[in-house]
Amino acid sequence: MDFVSGLRCRECGRTYPAEALHVCDYCFGPLEVTYDYERVASVISRERIEAGPRSIWRYADLLPVRDAAPVDLGAGFTPLVRADRLAAELGLGELWIKDDTANPTGSFKDRVVSVALTKARQLGFKIAACASTGNLANSVAAHAARAGMDSVVLIPHDLERAKVTMTSVYGGRVFAVEGSYDDVNRLCAELTSEQPEWAFVNVNVRTYYAEGSKTLAFEVAEQLGWRAPDHVVVPIGSGSQLTKVAKGFKELYEVGLLDEEPSVRVSGAQAEGCSPVATAFAEGTDAIRPVKPNTIAKSLAIGNPADGWYALDTIRRSGGACAAVSDAEVLDGIRLLARTEGIFAETAGGVTIATLARLAAQGVIRPDERVVAMITGHGLKTVEALTGVVGPTATIAPTLDSFAEAMAADAASTQRSSL
Amino acid sequence: MTKVRVPAQLRTLTGGVGELSIEGATVGEVLKGLDAAHAGFAERIFDADGGLRRFVNVFLDEEDVRFLDGLATPVTGGQTLSIVPAVAGG
Repeated sequence: MDFVSGLRCRECGRTYPAEALHVCDYCFGPLEVTYDYERVASVISRERIEAGPRSIWRYADLLPVRDAAPVDLGAGFTPLVRADRLAAELGLGELWIKDDTANPTGSFKDRVVSVALTKARQLGFKIAACASTGNLANSVAAHAARAGMDSVVLIPHDLERAKVTMTSVYGGRVFAVEGSYDDVNRLCAELTSEQPEWAFVNVNVRTYYAEGSKTLAFEVAEQLGWRAPDHVVVPIGSGSQLTKVAKGFKELYEVGLLDEEPSVRVSGAQAEGCSPVATAFAEGTDAIRPVKPNTIAKSLAIGNPADGWYALDTIRRSGGACAAVSDAEVLDGIRLLARTEGIFAETAGGVTIATLARLAAQGVIRPDERVVAMITGHGLKTVEALTGVVGPTATIAPTLDSFAEAMAADAASTQRSSL
Repeated sequence: MTKVRVPAQLRTLTGGVGELSIEGATVGEVLKGLDAAHAGFAERIFDADGGLRRFVNVFLDEEDVRFLDGLATPVTGGQTLSIVPAVAGG
């Protein structure tokens, strides 16, 4: 038994039963899952959660579906790593990295897909589908295989090789579409009208899917000893994750799991080549103008972000900020995180770290704040971005002389000590 | 005539039909023509100021009309206008 009371349009407030609906029939506004928080509060406790599985399903009381055997590869409960060396480089104090590269298919998407497909199966869907910039494709294909469902995944034709392979290997159908992600998204939105028996996780099941991102906030708070951070930095693609992270912290307080009402500043990270939300934030406007993306951060390359306006509103209300960083800064960000903390992030993680660095330098993120940066995907997914940027120190013959010569040359040409 | 594709959410207005042909010289005229043919479209897709609602996307062939001239974008015969709800991604 879940605690869902229904669905509610975020735009016009119309309410609907908890069925396979994703937009308000009246105004097309996105639907939000509503819960009976009093009932949740009457059963939920820190102990009940801590006794649960080491996955997102320990928070089932605050998820939109309950199932004794969910569609599950073990998403969630990823490490929250104290990042003192990175903090020192950036002039920050208490900094943590939420390392979601550790998920089963290497990105936070496993959280949302596990929730979406569990709900889809309950609603009677047999086919899992999605439009994806890559990470979602990986996760839908894998979870569908796990659940014994057929899958149909649509991706832009120019994705990174690893993301294409990591989708195709699971044996479902994969269509590479000659167009941008926004083209793929439009095609899937139209397909949803023609194929109502398919569960497009980020279209007709999106209302449930998006709720999975709340578990990032739940875990962060639990891992900090049931305390909310002061500031989180979240990358923005569609804007959904950022709004759900903010919702997650609020819910924990609502149901009595946090002692103090959280006041979390939420800051957004975008790449310059696709920054509709950061642009609106900088210009102080409400309108999100769609853009044609051009960035190495392909997983964030959504030019017309459906939840962009809500992300912007969340950022402003929380006292956060939103920055757009260049592709060069993204590569620096990836290397900085790897060098200081031993975590290899995909390009979206580079966007997050570069934004963290930018906002720290500007004094927006302060040294007296407890800060969490969301690293949402693994670097192995986007190795192309680092081609020619990093590589072996030297290629040598298998002899001691050759080794000694290369070591000496490297010591002379870099800051590294000669060991 | 412009071919107009109607999403499932709006097919209650058309008796279940997903594709219609409508006259009009601009995107806005075609959408108003749609409302004239099947009352109720206008309040669903336009906001109080007469612009497109925030979560309604309209594509002329494959291009979002927000990248063109919006509702003033001229249409010629043989093009397809698609009304599509905005969806999240990733």
